Amino acid sequence: MSEKASDLAISIIANKLRVNTLRMIHRARASHIGSCFSAAEILACLYWDTLLINPMLPNDPSRDRFVLSKGHAAAILYSALSERGFFPVEDLESYCQDGTTLTGHVNNSVPGVEVSTGSLGHGLPVGCGLALAAKRDGSAWRTFVLVSDGELDEGSNWEAILFAPFHKLSNLVLIIDYNKIQSFGSVSEVLELNPLADKLRAFHWNVTELDGHDIPALRVALNVISAESDIPTAILAHTVKGKGVSFMEESLLWHYKSPSNEQFLAALKELEGRQ
Amino acid sequence: MRTAFIEHLCSLAADDERIFLVCGDLGFSVLEAFAERFPARYLNAGVAEQNMTGIAAGLALAGKTVFTYSIANFPVMRCLEQIRNDVCYHNLSVKVVAVGGGFAYGSQGYTHHGVEDLAVMSALPNIMVAAPADPVETRAITEIYADHSGPGYLRLGKAGEPVLHSPGLRLRAGQAIRVVDGKDLTIISIGGMLGTVIKAAEVLLTNGIEARILSMPFLVPLDQRAILEAANDTGAILTVEEHGRGGLGTAVGERLAIASSAVPFFPIRLDLSPIKVAGSQETLRAAQGLSVEGVVDAAQRLISRSKATV
Repeated sequence: MSEKASDLAISIIANKLRVNTLRMIHRARASHIGSCFSAAEILACLYWDTLLINPMLPNDPSRDRFVLSKGHAAAILYSALSERGFFPVEDLESYCQDGTTLTGHVNNSVPGVEVSTGSLGHGLPVGCGLALAAKRDGSAWRTFVLVSDGELDEGSNWEAILFAPFHKLSNLVLIIDYNKIQSFGSVSEVLELNPLADKLRAFHWNVTELDGHDIPALRVALNVISAESDIPTAILAHTVKGKGVSFMEESLLWHYKSPSNEQFLAALKELEGRQ
Repeated sequence: MRTAFIEHLCSLAADDERIFLVCGDLGFSVLEAFAERFPARYLNAGVAEQNMTGIAAGLALAGKTVFTYSIANFPVMRCLEQIRNDVCYHNLSVKVVAVGGGFAYGSQGYTHHGVEDLAVMSALPNIMVAAPADPVETRAITEIYADHSGPGYLRLGKAGEPVLHSPGLRLRAGQAIRVVDGKDLTIISIGGMLGTVIKAAEVLLTNGIEARILSMPFLVPLDQRAILEAANDTGAILTVEEHGRGGLGTAVGERLAIASSAVPFFPIRLDLSPIKVAGSQETLRAAQGLSVEGVVDAAQRLISRSKATV
């Protein structure tokens, strides 16, 4: 896709990514479907609008870099990469199956994946290193890192959050998938992050808060990097865990659960009804 | 050793624009030589080793050959998962440099004793693990690491270590150096114990025992041939290291067992109890047999075992 997609086209893609992900996780009896669904619009906007990438030239040194730090959302990243042309969509069927590179957490043996992740708190420091390399080399490519909210409990992220503005990494965009649910319950019950935007501003980040399912708003925010700014950007994307399937939304259970056959069919019906 | 490292890194960086040095706010009065000469390829990441190592991985993903630098355990243990996942899993060109290995910071206390690093690093995939004995080995390994496309770990001593090899030493990755030849036993050391071993061999010689000395700077890759040749040629092996379980003694013993070698073998190494008193490097070493007397004594006991089994 060389021309910019319309908002509607990106919305259709986001839904398609959810359908693919549902099929993958159901087939593999895997988990983390809620964590995938909350990021669908973010990934669709990145891969179909923001990122300057070419699936035919996956190692082009001038490409933008995307790091999915919340590596448990691998299924929807693989789905996006295959739909974007990095590898055949049929390969998604092998997700989590014996012998595949499509592991349950993000694996950079999969074409298009920049960084393998899975343990939380790794993506942003690596993203800082990528952004610093581009700055020092005078290169124009940009680095985007998507983290979860629970992941912000990791101290390594705050080391990086302290580092990036001081080193003027204006070519770095941190996206926070703020779905408000982590492993044991709501973020406010486990370890409150609020006032998160104020914290990031206090660390001298350029902060945008938006609805993480609002495609026009995401497109504007993700393309915010400009020559005038000398600080990095954080996009605090308020999302809904399990977004798109009514019985999965806002539910901790769908961090873990794999849909039964009935639930799979019901979820598929809802998602296909959205198209 | 740290001076040899930084001087040689500077000379390599002059010809190789990929070389990048990242420190964790340690290396005062050592790293300035590099920082002043190559400011665009130097970074002080602050007192934040996890971020430092993640940044190093990011720089390496963008094509840099990155050396991270801090003291003793800080660039190793605090950021172990970053080394494992971000560096080794991705097989990136990041070399972790720890200055002050073993008891170099002896009187500073256990937090500063780098005595488990070789075991921990050698458990990881894709990484070379080395501890040079002197400034000559330091320069040679720095050069090997600068050319190597994957991860490396370099345990340095501190400052003022004597030169034990001729300056023209040529070294390949994973190669042991035969310092002295002998027929009665082989003493293998890694890192800064070589000087002690050489002195011990001189004492042994006055007692009529001819020891082969191997300096084995690389724990990974291990010079397996040199170990098996030593067993075959000299019939007894003593390892000497300023390190606890899981280092040279473990690796050599395992190699001998795999080869079904029955030669008498003994590892002089540290026990695992944290040391809770201050002590100079020499004092702390000697308390655990890492002294000329300790090596001589262990060698003689090994020789008696060797004779008993003949």
